[in-house]
Amino acid sequence: MSTGIPSIELVDGAQQAAKGRREPGRLARIERRAAAAKGKISSPWASTLAIIIAIAWTVPTFGLLLTSFRPRLEIRRTGWWTFPANPAVTFENYSDVLFGSSTAFSTFFVNSLVITIPAVIIPISLALLAAYAFAWIDFKGRNILFVAVFALQVIPIQVTLIPLLTQYVDWGLAGSFWTIWLSHSIFALPLAIFLLHNFMKDIPPSLVEAARVDGAGHVKIFFQVLMPLLTPAIASFAIFQFLWVWNDLLVALTFAGGSTEVAPLTVRVAELAGTRGAQWHILSAGAFVSMIVPLIVFLALQRFFVRGLLAGSVKG
Amino acid sequence: MNGMRRRRGTAVVAAGAGLTLLLAACSGGGDEGGGDAEGTANETDCSAYEEYGDLSGKTVSVYTSIVDPESEEQINSYQPFVDCTGVEIDYEGSREFEAQLPVRLTAGNPPDIAYVPQPGFLKSLVADFPDQVVPAPQSVIDNATEFYTEEWVNYGTVDGTLYATPLGANVKSFVWYSPLAFEDAGYEIPTTWDELMDLSQQIVDDGGVPWCAGIESGDATGWPATDWLEDVVLRTAGADVYDQWVNHEIPFNDPQIVEALGTVGEILKNDEYVNGGLGNVQSIATAAWNESANGIPDGTCWLHRAANFYQANWDESLEVAEDGDVYAFYLPGVSEDDKPLLGAGEFVTAFSDRPEVEAFQAFLSSPEWANSKASVTAQGWFSANNGLDPELIKSPIDKLAFELLTSDEYTFRFDGSDQMPGAVGTGSFWTEMTAWVANDKSDEDVLSAIEASWPTS
Repeated sequence: MSTGIPSIELVDGAQQAAKGRREPGRLARIERRAAAAKGKISSPWASTLAIIIAIAWTVPTFGLLLTSFRPRLEIRRTGWWTFPANPAVTFENYSDVLFGSSTAFSTFFVNSLVITIPAVIIPISLALLAAYAFAWIDFKGRNILFVAVFALQVIPIQVTLIPLLTQYVDWGLAGSFWTIWLSHSIFALPLAIFLLHNFMKDIPPSLVEAARVDGAGHVKIFFQVLMPLLTPAIASFAIFQFLWVWNDLLVALTFAGGSTEVAPLTVRVAELAGTRGAQWHILSAGAFVSMIVPLIVFLALQRFFVRGLLAGSVKG
Repeated sequence: MNGMRRRRGTAVVAAGAGLTLLLAACSGGGDEGGGDAEGTANETDCSAYEEYGDLSGKTVSVYTSIVDPESEEQINSYQPFVDCTGVEIDYEGSREFEAQLPVRLTAGNPPDIAYVPQPGFLKSLVADFPDQVVPAPQSVIDNATEFYTEEWVNYGTVDGTLYATPLGANVKSFVWYSPLAFEDAGYEIPTTWDELMDLSQQIVDDGGVPWCAGIESGDATGWPATDWLEDVVLRTAGADVYDQWVNHEIPFNDPQIVEALGTVGEILKNDEYVNGGLGNVQSIATAAWNESANGIPDGTCWLHRAANFYQANWDESLEVAEDGDVYAFYLPGVSEDDKPLLGAGEFVTAFSDRPEVEAFQAFLSSPEWANSKASVTAQGWFSANNGLDPELIKSPIDKLAFELLTSDEYTFRFDGSDQMPGAVGTGSFWTEMTAWVANDKSDEDVLSAIEASWPTS
């Protein structure tokens, strides 16, 4: 990997930097730079543009929300924008969505949670270990293996569906949650390893080497040095993966079928419109019910998300 | 600052958790309600089910394209069989049925029983998965020959072997209208095609727009227009030519078919006759099929050709009856004696020969099931099973459709696009008919394009 001498210099540099932060003169310089950056980023034009984009992206959702409360006849005859002229409100769509099925709605809700949580935890745990190995353990063929993992991303998941299902049937897993957990983990791993590897690689080697000099092994370095620094990266990938799994219909439909024992919410929402598509007026209500959880997750974790996005570019 | 932010974050999570709990609690309540309703309906005489034996502990999985709310009636209709034999029916409905069934068969994960909605699809299943589709057992063959006409048995037969028995049926040769409006205007129900055209002209002369139509249906846009053409081919060219046309013994663009499409065009491509309350001819392509007849109760159009199952799309406040707000009359033939009838249905196919699967298949082809289904169904279902008691059918339009279907006067033909190869029946036939309306493509061009897309093998 690297020779000893430059890394010692790096350690020195890092220590100097750590000391430097406490000096008032440098702090002022950093502050000036921050103020300048702030001025550059938050120009009135940029703000206007951001507001326009925000409105343009929120209007359809807002329309969907209004539609979900309108009576069937109104939905059929007029658009949601006529709502102020004719403010009829009903909760019937929501009660149809929640209680209109022969299977309790909570079953699908719980299924979605049972599918999503392991399908987020499994790939992240595996990817963390793999990313650590790729970033900090020097072994033969590392680069080739890493390129191979990265290359797996280009394989479209559609071509893997039938072979995977055949395999699950052979293993006797068909119709269980395992098929969905494993599939989502398989599909998530290449990107997860790649992202986390890049985050880990960005951590100054001096930190890891300092720990190594102090006698820490791989396990200790992983848990005590790297993990705290990786939280934003893990959180942002967790949000990505959570949203993707929660909103996924294709994988769930293929591997879980429409079986109510393992089918998630998306499968139920896809069928809300009814056998011949006559029930489409309750789709907007169904969409909102299935949006609640991803919205909560996003709002709860968004500060990690923003930090995670920036973590790759600017390191303080 | 940081503390406050964290607290706000926790509050959001807490609110979310509260909502989730609330949802769970509410849906729990709904479940109990359903259980009670089922409990009261269980008074079954088990004598008819003794032949199936004791099947307790066994499970039959069913995979269909019938989803909520219709699936609830399906599941309820199995109740006597479940109560008497102790078998468990694992029902799965999916709107992606036609795409998912071949995937599951390829992967070796078939359901025990599937309800296949088109004979054409059944044919391709038998051709592609000969080892997995199980021919009907003797008990089912006996039921099929006893309770169904030869035509219906033939739709489930591939190369001389019976694979599937009919489940439900529908009739498409109907014209929806408003009996009240007809009475007010003094219009008579036409009994021949010419009278139908005269009526249309009379409505135009009285200042109205007679027809409304819509063929938009998501991925399947165009299918209502294919039914129009099939219905008219049956009338202008006759049932024999229709059969040759469907089986591709005559080319798709045979002159007789061109003539039939021209006859359809006299209505659908006539700017005076369409599209009441919705726009011009082109608006047919963009109007949702299940919304397009709303002009009838609204008073903007008078006639809408659609199947008996269109009644599910009417607003709940409308009364579907011969003297009510909306009803349908038989789409007349060329003469009063000429009575072709276009319809369709689903077919029960098995992928397993376990005894409980065979028993369930036999039950589904028996009059016991047909009557059980009719008694739990509010509207939109009947069967070609001749053991079905018409008195049990609740909706008047379903009853009328059943009468026409079982009457000897009417010549029944199965929906042609459902029997054609997928490339045509669920492909070019739909898209070209859409182009016929939307782009004003000529009759000849449309039919030649479909002919060119017919698979050569």
